[in-house]
Amino acid sequence: MNYLEHVGKYFLMLTQIFKRPQRGRVFKEALFKEVEDLGIKSLGIVLFISFFIGGVIALQTALNLDTPLVPKSLIGFAAKRSIILEFAPTFCSIILAGKVGSYITSSIGTMRVTEQIDALEVMGINSLNHLVFPKVLATVVFYPFLIILAMVFGITGGWVAGVLSGLFSANDYIIGVRADPQSFLIVYALIKTVVFAFLIATVPAYHGYYVKGGSIAVGQASTQAVVWTTILIVIANYLLTQMLLT
Amino acid sequence: MIEVKNLHKGFGNVEVLKGISATFDAGKTNLIIGQSGSGKTVFLKSLIGLHKPESGEILFDGRSNTKFDEDEKRLWRQEIGMVFQGSALFDSQTVEDNVMFPLKMFTKQSYKVMLERVNFCLKRVDLVDSNKKLPAELSGGMQKRVAIARAIVMNPKYLFCDEPNSGLDPQTAILIDNLISQITEEYNITTVINTHDMNSVMEIGQKIIFLKNGKKAWEGTNEEIFKTDNEVVVDFVYSSNLFKKVRQAYLNEIK
Repeated sequence: MNYLEHVGKYFLMLTQIFKRPQRGRVFKEALFKEVEDLGIKSLGIVLFISFFIGGVIALQTALNLDTPLVPKSLIGFAAKRSIILEFAPTFCSIILAGKVGSYITSSIGTMRVTEQIDALEVMGINSLNHLVFPKVLATVVFYPFLIILAMVFGITGGWVAGVLSGLFSANDYIIGVRADPQSFLIVYALIKTVVFAFLIATVPAYHGYYVKGGSIAVGQASTQAVVWTTILIVIANYLLTQMLLT
Repeated sequence: MIEVKNLHKGFGNVEVLKGISATFDAGKTNLIIGQSGSGKTVFLKSLIGLHKPESGEILFDGRSNTKFDEDEKRLWRQEIGMVFQGSALFDSQTVEDNVMFPLKMFTKQSYKVMLERVNFCLKRVDLVDSNKKLPAELSGGMQKRVAIARAIVMNPKYLFCDEPNSGLDPQTAILIDNLISQITEEYNITTVINTHDMNSVMEIGQKIIFLKNGKKAWEGTNEEIFKTDNEVVVDFVYSSNLFKKVRQAYLNEIK
């Protein structure tokens, strides 16, 4: 199957996903479960990585700005901008593409090869709407909060690193963080997050839903899903930056 | 009753079903038998609408499923119960939730009413005290029974089973066969079973259709299958020495 066919099939899949759920209470239950599985269970890893990467960004910036001509507050400013613009939305989304993407593909793929999706279809249930719509909604709604927390933890990590290493003072760092606040940059980061969240839910769902074969095929589909989601996030990141910031 | 008229289905250049016509009676266990690759599964999946036939017609009590609009199709699907070969239970849900699932999706009953119905169905398949277990905690036979309970929870008019006793020990296989047969008669369901199992053929085959190379090669009852001279049927059904001896003994007895 060529790439164009996959693209067509993906968009056809989307038309089936975005339909009115057949039963509200079942959809609500599924949505809360997905928020827990795809969102809350990812909090730990995302915040842990954010904290340490924030620290590393601050340390690297401090080590590379070792000149009296540049104010120390620039470290906090640079760390804040790096974390808000790229690290939190893009890097965390790539981490989530690996963690959540493989989970979505393997869970839906296993349902496909064990005829659970056929069982839904025989009952007269729109299986794509039933299985994928709650995932899309859970990621699109929850990930912006997750990314805001990642930003907070990243910036805090930079502050802790500075204090512990003595490379810059807490006061300089905070002055830098508070300098030149631009709310649009946060909006830009959240717009990116919503797009990435949509890709994280739908691209792995596509790979899982249309898998053919057995357990090996599900494993291969999971790998493919992570690779393609990452590629699409990187491309979408470039396009959104071009559109929103230039 | 289900009537199939001149059903054709293929994949690419391969024609799998080559004009099958058959009738499946209500209140009877109708069996589809045949070698691997004879088109049994494709035939069954075409009956339940998972495959779209290229031509031909399938009438469910006189209603053609190819002519249903979306609402009619949804209602028709609620009249269908299906037991898949691997049970196809939702592995993230408990036994109770699995059986309750169609009720939650298609009725507005209260939880209490739904639970009563679920417990009734689980009791009907001799599975009590397993409500809170996950499918992975059950044996193959118990999973099949949960699948049957889920299939009958909506009071279906048509029950389809794809190799319901594959992978089960002979004793459990007979239990499952008898259970399906009893439920069929009790609720006057049109049951269609796809099977390889010759015990099922002899025990519950009230009507048997033999497929070979995508065509109907023979049709009859379990009584008639003993007496038939149809070479392809005899070669398939009596391929083991044990069944050859059983058949011979039966024929000697009726002489």
